[in-house]
Amino acid sequence: MKLAYWMYAGPAHIGTLRIASSFKNVHAIMHAPLGDDYFNVMRSMLERERNFTPVTTSVVDRHVLARGSGEKVVDNITRKDSEESPDLIVLTPTCTSSILQEDLHNFVEQAQMNSKGDVMLADVNHYRVNELQAADRTLEQIVKFYIEKARKKGDLPTGKTSKPSVNIIGISTLGFHNHHDCTELKRLMADLGIEINQVIPEGASVHELKNLPQAWFNLVPYRELGLMTANYLQAEFGMPFVDITPMGVVETARCIRKIQEVLNAQGAEVDYEEFINEQTLYVSEAAWFSRSIDCQNLTGKKAVVYGDATHAVAMAKILTREMGIHVVWAGTFCKYDEEWFRQEVSEYCDEVIISDDHGYIGDRIAQVEPAAIFGTQMERHVGKRLNIPCGVISSPVHIQNFTLGFKPFLGYEGTNQICDLVYNSFTLGMEDHLLEIFGGHDTKEVITKGISADSDMNWNKEAKELLNKIPGFVRGKVKRNTEKFARDRNISEITLEVFYAAKESVGA
Amino acid sequence: MTMTAEPQALSFECETGNYHTFCPISCVAWLYQKIEDSFFLVIGTKTCGYFLQNAMGVMIFAEPRYAMAELEEGDISAQLNDYEELKRLCLQIKRDRNPSVIVWIGTCTTEIIKMDLEGLAPKLEAEIGIPIVVARANGLDYAFTQGEDTVLAAMAARCPDKAPEEEKKERNAITSLLNFGKKKEEVEAEEEGYANHPPLVMFGSLPDPVVTNLTMELKKQGIKVSGWLPAKRFTELPVIAEGYYVCGVNPFLSRTATTLMRRRKCKLIGAPFPIGPDGTRAWIEKICSVMGVTPKGLAEREQQIWESMEDYLKLIRGKSVFFMGDNLLEVSLARFLVRCGMTVQEIGIPYMDQRYQAAELELLKQTCIDMGVPLPKIIEKPDNYNQVERIYELNPDLVITGMAHANPLEARGINTKWSVEFTFAQMHGFSNARDILELVTRPLRRNDNLKNLGWDKLVREEAKV
Repeated sequence: MKLAYWMYAGPAHIGTLRIASSFKNVHAIMHAPLGDDYFNVMRSMLERERNFTPVTTSVVDRHVLARGSGEKVVDNITRKDSEESPDLIVLTPTCTSSILQEDLHNFVEQAQMNSKGDVMLADVNHYRVNELQAADRTLEQIVKFYIEKARKKGDLPTGKTSKPSVNIIGISTLGFHNHHDCTELKRLMADLGIEINQVIPEGASVHELKNLPQAWFNLVPYRELGLMTANYLQAEFGMPFVDITPMGVVETARCIRKIQEVLNAQGAEVDYEEFINEQTLYVSEAAWFSRSIDCQNLTGKKAVVYGDATHAVAMAKILTREMGIHVVWAGTFCKYDEEWFRQEVSEYCDEVIISDDHGYIGDRIAQVEPAAIFGTQMERHVGKRLNIPCGVISSPVHIQNFTLGFKPFLGYEGTNQICDLVYNSFTLGMEDHLLEIFGGHDTKEVITKGISADSDMNWNKEAKELLNKIPGFVRGKVKRNTEKFARDRNISEITLEVFYAAKESVGA
Repeated sequence: MTMTAEPQALSFECETGNYHTFCPISCVAWLYQKIEDSFFLVIGTKTCGYFLQNAMGVMIFAEPRYAMAELEEGDISAQLNDYEELKRLCLQIKRDRNPSVIVWIGTCTTEIIKMDLEGLAPKLEAEIGIPIVVARANGLDYAFTQGEDTVLAAMAARCPDKAPEEEKKERNAITSLLNFGKKKEEVEAEEEGYANHPPLVMFGSLPDPVVTNLTMELKKQGIKVSGWLPAKRFTELPVIAEGYYVCGVNPFLSRTATTLMRRRKCKLIGAPFPIGPDGTRAWIEKICSVMGVTPKGLAEREQQIWESMEDYLKLIRGKSVFFMGDNLLEVSLARFLVRCGMTVQEIGIPYMDQRYQAAELELLKQTCIDMGVPLPKIIEKPDNYNQVERIYELNPDLVITGMAHANPLEARGINTKWSVEFTFAQMHGFSNARDILELVTRPLRRNDNLKNLGWDKLVREEAKV
């Protein structure tokens, strides 16, 4: 047992439901007790979805415990099949069905006999995988199912499209800024003269999955979702894939160069160098921003980065490499992907943190006292308590992160959005100077902030007044450094003299 | 299973139970706030945790006094010892929070693996010295607000049967709250204002302002409320002795009522619930009649409230409402809305205890007759899919529903109100009646503002397959 009240990644069935409900005309039936269909609320609320979420529950209740749920599950599947004629029904196990150990495979087979659409059991184990892993797995499972089905029927199309084309794999419902990213990627592909063969799973029809192999290559923008499918397609059809997340100027260029390599290997003879150059220097504002004096003021400022693997890695690289910001630590809750994360991010931060314990993450933020945090909604709230600004860069997120306006994180427009996010998260440079010069304009009492920062030092009146004049966002650090200085020298009361001595000694 | 009898009887039907509602563990959200010295430990899986985390929104960031004991694979396969694991976590809670009670919420998983929480609790309680109350608020057996019912039924067993002499004064927290700042003589003088009636204890968790309000409402009639289950603190649970009278304030508390009657030998006052001015008046009148007090000034009081709500009533008179059903407040709300002049097309409800709700059902029937509207169908364990079909057919002016259906219905031009808001709003008593109408009329007022824009149907017509 583990004591917990916050988790970064949801349970496995959420991943399966995200995939199923992203497809067009696919229905998921959860094998779960009453009240487990909270996914419908999240999709309806967070995505502000206009349509009914295609998820229903085959309710596990007392009668089911006594008699087994076979008949009920089969009935529910065939009923849904006739009510809404979905192309595919995905029976979704939950933690409850994991323990009941009923033969869901068998139920699916029975239901399939009486259903016009296809019926499938999602192959995910609640106790082994989380939301993200389950989503990755379910997407692969569905793709494989329809490829094999087409192969059996002998109508698997052969050959590639005449012009270079791509499948974008991994865009899904409830994904962080996924819809905007998808629009931006489509635009980028159009600029590169690459046709979109298919986007999966969002908005895709399962009947068209058999056409996936017609694309020249696959693009997997997110580390968490789509790699299994890309690997399957590579093993099965020798389809190359590009899994460099085009987030940030340098990574976008790297992604495009990789695409160029992949296409040229198939005889496309494309050269994207000029496009990259043009975009980087004159179209996207990001490169210019990093050269501007605004960004100069951010040089060496401390930041911490935390999120899913994709966004935390990309963000750490952008901050360090493109903006000269000092990333003290970068971390992720994707513990299962630790090796890749370390390898990607190690040279861009002082320390790598792999943890899904929000309490620990909060403490580490408090200790470092960064000038800005880039994290999930949880880190935003830590920032609020510590009075440190936070830019949200990764799920889990709230409704305000499902923006109505166009806010991609990927591609060249994404680089602009990220610049705004970063710049607005730090206190504005000039404001910063003015506050220092004029001693600050806030007269709040010094609060001992910091989740794990306690202090019992005695400050005399003058020193306290001076401390109050230090701008809020550095006050905690100055206070702590001064106290450490005093403690090291066995000074019991902090006076103005001690205060200045400390400043001179440690540069507080 | 239809039981339609003569035309002037309510009809009860039961559908498939395929409906959306909250898991009953959600009761920790309001109970941990109500019982200030408690700590709620939900013993379940990531699924439970994910629900709580998302359903409670920003509350989660406020270091709430609840947590998950998240079961791992070793717990399920009994490789780990339940007792040792729970002891470790409860000691940690004791060290970090030092609560006066730890409430264990049993979930579907603990039911299925048959974890003997009721057996483990007394042993662990003796070992760590903190009371442990066990409530099985799981989705196998219960819906949403019934979670509170399971917790209060378990708490009922913890109420002392007589107050220790020296504590007697402090234990009655509500009286001391009401008497706060008054001199001793004044208090004694006020004590005389009460009729001589047997002790009366209320049950049902309500925000403190509402508790005070209802207590004062009864005080005006000379009825003294000796205690309230739950109280602000676990250490202030009311004395409940054999022969006491008890009365519920919410329609979903049937297990608590049963426990108080059977286990604590109390007498239950079966009254309609104090929701809406009509309900509040009927509630007080019923209590008065049982206590042998003649109520005074209630008709005028009720009339005043109705008059003060006229601006809202104008908006809903003659309109129709459809309850999809998810929180068991449906019958009381429907009865109130009929009195407001609405027609109720359907009352969906997760579970219908016809004995506990008898007085409320009777009042609903009477109200429909008085207002000259047809008696609504009550659909127990509704089927949301069928309900949506009926909604398309009936085209109600307002659908009261869960969040899973609200946005899709709005996009199809149907006004909706999110049902969960009724659970969290302060809506009991005379003074809060207006707040119910504020909620009910909000979609109508909002959509009134938009009606000339032609933005009613915001989904493309789907081709029928």
